[in-house]
Amino acid sequence: MSGVMKRMGMIFRAKANKALDRAEDPRETLDYSYQKQLELLQKVRRGVADVATSRKRLELQLNQLQSQSSKLEDQGRKALALGREDLAREALSRRAALQQQVTDLETQHSTLQGEEEKLTLAAQRLQAKVDAFRTKKETIKATYTAAQAQTRIGEAFSGISEEMGDVGLAIQRAEDKTAQLQARAGALDELMASGALDDPTGIAKDDLQAELDRLSGGTDVELELQRMKAELAGGTSQAIGSGGGSSAGQQAIEGGTSQSQSQQQPQDTPRFDKQ
Amino acid sequence: MIVRIMGEGQWQLADSHLVELNTLDDELLAEMESGDEDGFHRTLGALLDAVRRLGDRLPDDALEPSELILPAPDASLDEVRQMLSDDGLIPG
Repeated sequence: MSGVMKRMGMIFRAKANKALDRAEDPRETLDYSYQKQLELLQKVRRGVADVATSRKRLELQLNQLQSQSSKLEDQGRKALALGREDLAREALSRRAALQQQVTDLETQHSTLQGEEEKLTLAAQRLQAKVDAFRTKKETIKATYTAAQAQTRIGEAFSGISEEMGDVGLAIQRAEDKTAQLQARAGALDELMASGALDDPTGIAKDDLQAELDRLSGGTDVELELQRMKAELAGGTSQAIGSGGGSSAGQQAIEGGTSQSQSQQQPQDTPRFDKQ
Repeated sequence: MIVRIMGEGQWQLADSHLVELNTLDDELLAEMESGDEDGFHRTLGALLDAVRRLGDRLPDDALEPSELILPAPDASLDEVRQMLSDDGLIPG
């Protein structure tokens, strides 16, 4: 539907929406209707005034005709007194013609008077109706405003109004997004920790590499310790070997055991340490 | 659906009557756009009569939003044009 009805309805709703209402605002309609009724009343009153003006014009004409009629009657009487019967007849015949006009005008006058009375009555009735409508209109408007306020309060309390719904939805959306981001961050951490996802920064390490690093780091320390111990032990045996000639003879006598003694040297290091 | 006749009141009409009203309404719009004042008044009268005849009158104190709105029976073509202009039905 795209005709006058729909377009008027749309304009009405647009106006009402502007006044923070979703539908047609009956208060505006009521005011408009009242305005229309006042215009109608004004038209009826203008009609009454027109009829009254016509009636008064007729009354003036009647008065003129009646005064002319009286004048002709006087003239006839005077003519008769002067013995001029012909003149008297002329005057009376003219008066008779005037009388006919007077009768016609009187009929018109009474018709107009009747119309005027009817219109006056109609105007009075319409006035009463318009007054009653105005009272009713104000009552309806007040009721509507109260109902609207009540609805808004109710909606605000229960949080079901559109605005509240929108706010609720926005919060929900924000919460969803936060949860989604948190879940994504958690998943990324797990993926990087498990080594399934490469860390472009190179900072994060997977568990396996971390363990390997830890193990290899520990081995290096142990190896280094062993090496240092060996170095230290090697240095001491050299110093004893070149210490005096008497022990060289002893080494020759006990030749078969000298190699085994030198091999056992590192294990005797604690004894050397005590000296 | 509820149809309002400006200055008169509201009528509740069954959706099945919409086709008949639609035809008259489209005619009315065409006459309004072509500036056919006589045709406009004739069609508007017919449309208003159809609404009154086919619908059930709502009480004056009923607070129902109207889905469709019709001009007052004595509205002139220019008045209706003005109503449908940007200013809308009620100035301001």
